[in-house]
Amino acid sequence: MADLFDGYPLGGTWDEMFSAPSQPRGPYAGLFASLQPMAGEELAARADVLSQTYRDAGVTFAHAGEEQPFPLDIVPRVIGADEWSLIEEGVAQRVHALEAFLADVYGAGLCFSDRIVPRSVITTSAHFHRAAHGLVPPNGVRVHVSGIDLVRDEAGDFRVLEDNLRSPSGVSYVITNRAAMSQVLPELFSDHRIQPVSEYPARLLAALKAAAPSAVADPTVVVLTPGVYNSAYFEHALLARQMGVELVEGRDLVCSGGQVSMRTTDGQQRVDVIYRRIDDDFLDPVHFRSDSVIGCAGVVNAARAGRVTIANAVGNGVADDKLIYTWVPDLIRYYLGEEPVLDNADTYRLDTPDTTEWVLASLDQLVLKPVDGSGGKGIVIGPRADERTLEELAVKVRAAPRDWIAQKPIGLSTSPTLINGRIAPRHVDLRPFAVNDGDKVWVLPGGLTRVALPEGELVVNSSQGGGSKDTWVISRPRPTSEPEQAPDLTRIEFTTADLPADPPAQDPGPANDNAIAQGQQQQQAGPGAATMAIVASVIDAAACLSARQDGHCGGGEVPC
Amino acid sequence: MLSRIAESLFWIGRYVERADDTARILDVHTQRLVEDPWIDERRACHVLLALMGTPCALEEADTERVLSTLAFDRVAPSSIVGALSAARENARGAREVLSAEIWESLNVTHNALPQQRTMARRYGPHSLFRFVRERSAMVFGLADATMSRDESWLFLILGRSLERVDMTSRMLSTRVMAGDAAPSWTLVLRSTGAYEPYLRTYRGAVNSSRAAEFLLLDRLFPRSVFASLEQAEGCLAELERANVRVGTRVGVAGEAHRIVGRARTMLEFMGTDEVLAQLPARLDELQRTCSLASEAVTRRFFTEEAPQVWVPEGVA
Repeated sequence: MADLFDGYPLGGTWDEMFSAPSQPRGPYAGLFASLQPMAGEELAARADVLSQTYRDAGVTFAHAGEEQPFPLDIVPRVIGADEWSLIEEGVAQRVHALEAFLADVYGAGLCFSDRIVPRSVITTSAHFHRAAHGLVPPNGVRVHVSGIDLVRDEAGDFRVLEDNLRSPSGVSYVITNRAAMSQVLPELFSDHRIQPVSEYPARLLAALKAAAPSAVADPTVVVLTPGVYNSAYFEHALLARQMGVELVEGRDLVCSGGQVSMRTTDGQQRVDVIYRRIDDDFLDPVHFRSDSVIGCAGVVNAARAGRVTIANAVGNGVADDKLIYTWVPDLIRYYLGEEPVLDNADTYRLDTPDTTEWVLASLDQLVLKPVDGSGGKGIVIGPRADERTLEELAVKVRAAPRDWIAQKPIGLSTSPTLINGRIAPRHVDLRPFAVNDGDKVWVLPGGLTRVALPEGELVVNSSQGGGSKDTWVISRPRPTSEPEQAPDLTRIEFTTADLPADPPAQDPGPANDNAIAQGQQQQQAGPGAATMAIVASVIDAAACLSARQDGHCGGGEVPC
Repeated sequence: MLSRIAESLFWIGRYVERADDTARILDVHTQRLVEDPWIDERRACHVLLALMGTPCALEEADTERVLSTLAFDRVAPSSIVGALSAARENARGAREVLSAEIWESLNVTHNALPQQRTMARRYGPHSLFRFVRERSAMVFGLADATMSRDESWLFLILGRSLERVDMTSRMLSTRVMAGDAAPSWTLVLRSTGAYEPYLRTYRGAVNSSRAAEFLLLDRLFPRSVFASLEQAEGCLAELERANVRVGTRVGVAGEAHRIVGRARTMLEFMGTDEVLAQLPARLDELQRTCSLASEAVTRRFFTEEAPQVWVPEGVA
């Protein structure tokens, strides 16, 4: 009989699950064994339950103004323990280097005088904000939360595609994906040792509290959202709820005397840390776009006065610019004195006329990306573009080479995905999330795997019709000798031995002795009620009683 | 808690209760049209629409009009569908304080509305009314089971109680003012869900002054005007206690509390005969009390301000 993965095609790119037909890679062995005997229809039925769960819970993504359930594929993506520790190390290294770079850009500017990065690259960036110069965050952290986009190339190596240091979204789907999957495919979870993702909100809250202005003993943290019509509103609400903090909109905040407060039913209440999910441009109409109605006027000045912390910091966009991306390996060597753990994709800057000419000549073999675009907007994939697109692109690139970078196309790895009741390969990427609390960069095990659902499509953004997959990081078996940990005095632990041997039974309630009464009542019933009583006796005694009462009352209508 | 959130909760309470009450009223109304052979459909519909605050000309009033205005209108918050959508929209903005279960039940309700509308159009509206009653019971049941009795709970219940006062008094008005097109007292009792409790309390035929008394003054029936006012007053007293730091020695601190308390004492300490003798005026007063109280709550707790626009100084 045909099993689920029969006829699964393997192309020239790296496949996440299979090294050869029906030969699953190590981390996938358990998953393959569990899924293989399943029929396509059964998996599809479970996938339906999965999407219904999402629709009911309102796990949605607003696309073009419409709320849609966020598509979640039922086949999880698995990452082995060794691969994961490499990613963890690489992501943390990158975040450390970019933190140092941001501190440098908005401070001394050593990397310019040491000629690592030309100063002009910074000053021409749309995301460089003079308003942030000299603004030193209380614990030195600017990148509280980051999402580093990774892809796997043909050889199976992870490469960094871009850094997101402003407000990377998607982490809520990591949390809800896991919860939904464990409801729909519980048996898979019992066979695997998967690192949990539910810690994230607590880690984030701890990092935000650690970033509070130093004079504050018990900081008040809020999540600042643009409002319910924002595409990631679901995520803002979920994070606020799971952290137990207020979710505020710009109009809830008021800034006076260098202090930010929120309007509550009990007057104004001080706010110490703002985890904002609003772009710099809209954050503060005093410094940025003066027509912004979703921001809070004066918040940047309050931050400068050290009365409030904005997370992520203002002006971070300068470091996740796609042009700066090309310098990140140099920055890692310069600030940390280390070799990069994760390589960039092969990328060309259009900073010399020669390169520009070469790129223009080979547009049809390259991927061109606008440096300040996000969400996959404006990307042109040369080998797939038609003549006209390329001609238009050439005009744009010639006009402003600073606005573009060129990359060799990477054959993104594929992962088995349920499409119309069959398993087919689809391209995936990975966005691990990192939280920096000032002491340590913690990487959420797994992160968001996005999958491009149309066949052969390479752009995986949810704004371009992408879906997601639950991402499992297999945990290593527990080491035999655990390092001795300091006893946690707040924790109370018991074992099963402490349970009472004979726990009390539940209170039973009064005995139900209707059985005899039932027979007698039926004998007593008049001819009219008899048929009804017989029918009802099949059901149970209680139903019988109520049926009889109805019978006596007639239609229940008593005219006035 | 945030003023914006408090306002959302207050209105979730009002909208869900409104959908529930409207469904009960319409259910009885449509049944009556079918069962009562002497009814003048046009007049009955006309009266109902006027009492629900959506009057229309007598010639245009018919069941179709009643259902499209009070049940299926997607925009107006006075229709069932509109109120449930508005409740869900408010809940969307307050997702981090509502428990996930309450949000989910409002969201599922909202998602099911198009299908319920189609079914109601095809097989008669009863299924829709039943659905709405069940869903609103579920929302308040979940709130009861999962919300802490903090401010969020108080605002939700305050909204619900005020809406109940309003709807029950509107229902009483149908009987009092409509003359010969009026529904019988039995129907009035049924459309407030009070018929069975009434029968159990008074064991017998429905009598007009007792029915009015029951709906206005009964202390134990939760949908009576008195019981709802008392509940609203309790919520307001708690809210003031939570919010007013300096105790007041004279009277009550809040305007809303004062308005609701005055209405409650009017009912409590006026003789039943006295209240019934001036019933139309009293009912009108009660409906006004509700909107005044709602305004006072808004001023006190939600003071909404228009979004600020920052205008840079012009460069000369």
